[in-house]
Amino acid sequence: MAPKYHGVDFYALDTLLSEEERAVRDTVRTWVDEQLIPVIGDAYIEGKFPKQLIPGMAELGLFGANLPEEYGCAGLNNVAYGLIMQELERGDSGVRSFASVQGALVMYPIYAFGSDEQKKKWLPEMASGKVIGCFGLTEPDYGSNPAGMITTAKETKDGWVLNGAKMWITNGSTAQVAVVWAKIGAQNDANSIRGFLVPTSTKGFSAKDQKGKLSLRASDTSELVLQDVHIPKDAILPKSGGLKSPLMCLTQARYGISWGALGAAMACYDEAVSYSKNRIMFGRPIGGFQLQQARLAEMLTEITKAQLLVLQLGRLKDQGTMTPQQVSLAKRNNVDMATDVARETRRLLGANGILAEYQAMRHLANLESVYTYEGTHDVHTLVLGQEITGISAFE
Amino acid sequence: MKIAVCIKRVADSETRVKVAGDGKSLDDAGVKFILNPYDEFAVEEALQRKEKAGAGEVVVLALGGATAQETIRTALAMGADRGILLQTDAVPADGFVTAQAIATELKAGGPWDLVLFGKMAIDDYNSQVGPMVAELLDLPCVTSVSHLTIENGIATADREIEGAVEVVQCPVPAVITTDKGINEPRYPALKGIMAAKKKPLEVKPVSLSGGAIEVLEMQPPPARKEGKIVGEGAAAVPELVKLLREEAKVL
Amino acid sequence: MTTVLAVCEQRDGALRKVSSEVVTGARRIADALGAEVEALVLGAGPATGADQLGGFGADRVVTLTADGFGKYAPEGYAKAVADRAKSGAAVVVCTASAQGKDLAPRIAAKLGTGLAADVTDVMVEGGALVAIRPVYAGKALLKVKLTGKPAVLSLRPNVFTPVQRPKAGTASTAAANVPAGRVTVKEIKAAEAGALDVAEAPIVISGGRGLKEPANFKILEDLAHAFGGRAAVGASRAVVDAGWRPHADQVGQTGKTVSPTLYIAIGISGAIQHLAGMRTSKVIVAINKDKDAPIFKVADYGVVGDLFEIVPALTAAVKSHA
Repeated sequence: MAPKYHGVDFYALDTLLSEEERAVRDTVRTWVDEQLIPVIGDAYIEGKFPKQLIPGMAELGLFGANLPEEYGCAGLNNVAYGLIMQELERGDSGVRSFASVQGALVMYPIYAFGSDEQKKKWLPEMASGKVIGCFGLTEPDYGSNPAGMITTAKETKDGWVLNGAKMWITNGSTAQVAVVWAKIGAQNDANSIRGFLVPTSTKGFSAKDQKGKLSLRASDTSELVLQDVHIPKDAILPKSGGLKSPLMCLTQARYGISWGALGAAMACYDEAVSYSKNRIMFGRPIGGFQLQQARLAEMLTEITKAQLLVLQLGRLKDQGTMTPQQVSLAKRNNVDMATDVARETRRLLGANGILAEYQAMRHLANLESVYTYEGTHDVHTLVLGQEITGISAFE
Repeated sequence: MKIAVCIKRVADSETRVKVAGDGKSLDDAGVKFILNPYDEFAVEEALQRKEKAGAGEVVVLALGGATAQETIRTALAMGADRGILLQTDAVPADGFVTAQAIATELKAGGPWDLVLFGKMAIDDYNSQVGPMVAELLDLPCVTSVSHLTIENGIATADREIEGAVEVVQCPVPAVITTDKGINEPRYPALKGIMAAKKKPLEVKPVSLSGGAIEVLEMQPPPARKEGKIVGEGAAAVPELVKLLREEAKVL
Repeated sequence: MTTVLAVCEQRDGALRKVSSEVVTGARRIADALGAEVEALVLGAGPATGADQLGGFGADRVVTLTADGFGKYAPEGYAKAVADRAKSGAAVVVCTASAQGKDLAPRIAAKLGTGLAADVTDVMVEGGALVAIRPVYAGKALLKVKLTGKPAVLSLRPNVFTPVQRPKAGTASTAAANVPAGRVTVKEIKAAEAGALDVAEAPIVISGGRGLKEPANFKILEDLAHAFGGRAAVGASRAVVDAGWRPHADQVGQTGKTVSPTLYIAIGISGAIQHLAGMRTSKVIVAINKDKDAPIFKVADYGVVGDLFEIVPALTAAVKSHA
């Protein structure tokens, strides 16, 4: 049951992990080696999320793994949670995205903003993978600017009526429940944003696959349309309030992405090292050439820095002192780093690098989405700019 | 259903083997240690039998250094109830010495409905501690079992032999050593990993006798002589056949 | 005179080939110690082929019989051998066959001593018995001194090439006077008639993922047939895990360890777990489309290219030379 993959640990960072953290990582690592990696290449080409993996992921406890045990979750600390994301994305960003959405964007808001009844009803079902969720915040015309959203929730005497459209929704057409963010007040009132739990079988709710993706192909991405969707009064997440609520969810998810991107980079680096040792050109392994060595040295350096970054970020999160800006720095750095590592690996692999048999091109294409979603690289740059100067560049 | 599972902490099979300074053992710097893969089958078998019985206890027992506690916790994370470490400085080269220590512990902690081992450890390839413990406890034993049923106090086991499968029966309690095929070991679930911390793990220092197998040295295997690429495609076949016939003299 | 016991193996009343290897190994030890070799055969009666053991160096061939000894009776066999050993044997040599791996530890335990298992070489140095045994999947060799009285060891099959000696031993039969024991062999479900086991075949032809689909193993079977019943078809872990071939055919760490005279790896990349099972083969041939595949690093002879062209050509060539 030992994993085939042996990680990248140039600075003996394993010694900074607890035995449980390592055990969690190794379990997920083995699962990824044995269950995910063998099927991901074909799933990617077919453009389908490998749904058959869901029961296995649930059995391991990968969904909402950092939420408490009383809701059927594993109750892990945030470093262990991060390591799970790292290993999943070492397999594929699409599969990590699936777990991120389920855990950080659906289970987390139910946990953080939901009533006791909502938590008891949904969380165990979601931890066991029986219910899959999606998160509807982004709209066709409101991506980096979610405050401008136009989806509305109007209160009626017996509930709410939702109208609007959401775009780029991971798990949209797989999900049985959607966390939909909508304004209950005026169009310019971002403070009136609330979260709603909408069963996807509700009349007026439809999800349509977004076709033609050249990235995250092993992930289900949809457009949601809500047309006069009637839901009961208790469908609102009672403790949600304002744009801050969905942004808190995104902070959770971005935290996981910072780790996840690292996993993709580690997978590519591993492939680059192995290829450079085995590929013979001009009578010797290409790893013996200076240009390839420079590539590899750069990758190892950047991966090691990124590992230190997320490990400390995780410790801060466990202490309760992590700030959203610190998450922005990690997401921004690690995704950008991973994209570079994937691209350099693709190039190091020469023509083989474009094949699905190897991982680099798939990771590279995926990471272009990861670079863009959950706050684009540019937006995080400006978040840091504001943090440094105290001056917002958005407004 | 009270089942003992005897497990071992071993170097991962992917390990790059480097001989330690003493010239007799593995240099374990940078080596990843795991639960012996054949022992995973034993743990899984115990868990399934306990689950089927609806009640019982699965006790994992290991002999080794303090670090073997981590290996025991892997089995606890899979679902075993408690662990015992017979703590020694090193695992002896003589499997009989190990067997004696394990048998003593099992005798004290018994009786057992079943005692399980993996068929061999992937580090020392000894394949012997299980049947030796059976002898010492005077229990019937079937080794390398790839399929097992137990009904009315009789165990019926398949074991692969050369070119055939041997169907063996014995009464239980018995010692069974497990081979691939008997089951599909589960992954330790994350909740199990967290729960393992809270399960009892008793550490008992043991001192062992010298035994009858003394390691003189450990060496890397002689390198195979440099091979050659005979050629490409079907065109290389006549040359290959000629070499096999005239140079290697195997045809 | 000091005695070296050679524990032979029979199935269905016929001696198995490993027996001559055990006697050969025992003879080597006996010569170095100035001892004699007693070959022990356990069975219902004299086994076919036992009269040949003298030719491999047995001074005496003793058949120990008891009720229930027709089939392998682990407890009875172990007791019979141990009782015999207690009357003064210095060394007990077993085989590390499937049966030997089960029997040898029981014998050692009954004698209260250790077992050097799966030995690939044995010698006497300064009066002491010394054995070589592969560990860590063959990535290291352990040299061990056997200080047990008696010393017990098992020999890896196919490694000790039987050596004919122009000398005939005596043969006798004795009743073992032991119960067969609680563990009984009910049935032997044989594989298809005439099929050789990969662990015993002098030629092993193994296939991996490169075969693309299970039906394509036909071309390996054709090649095996061309060798006229001397070859068995093996498989890599990947194709066994995929359900293409039975586990009994798997060569490698979680499968069988083989040491044939000729090992042909076809469409197998050569993962470390696979190499663990075949690296002690005498001659290794690799056929693979990827010239960088690790299998070529251990192969004596490699052919790079499309196995679907190369293997049929090889089959034809073997047939025409046969």
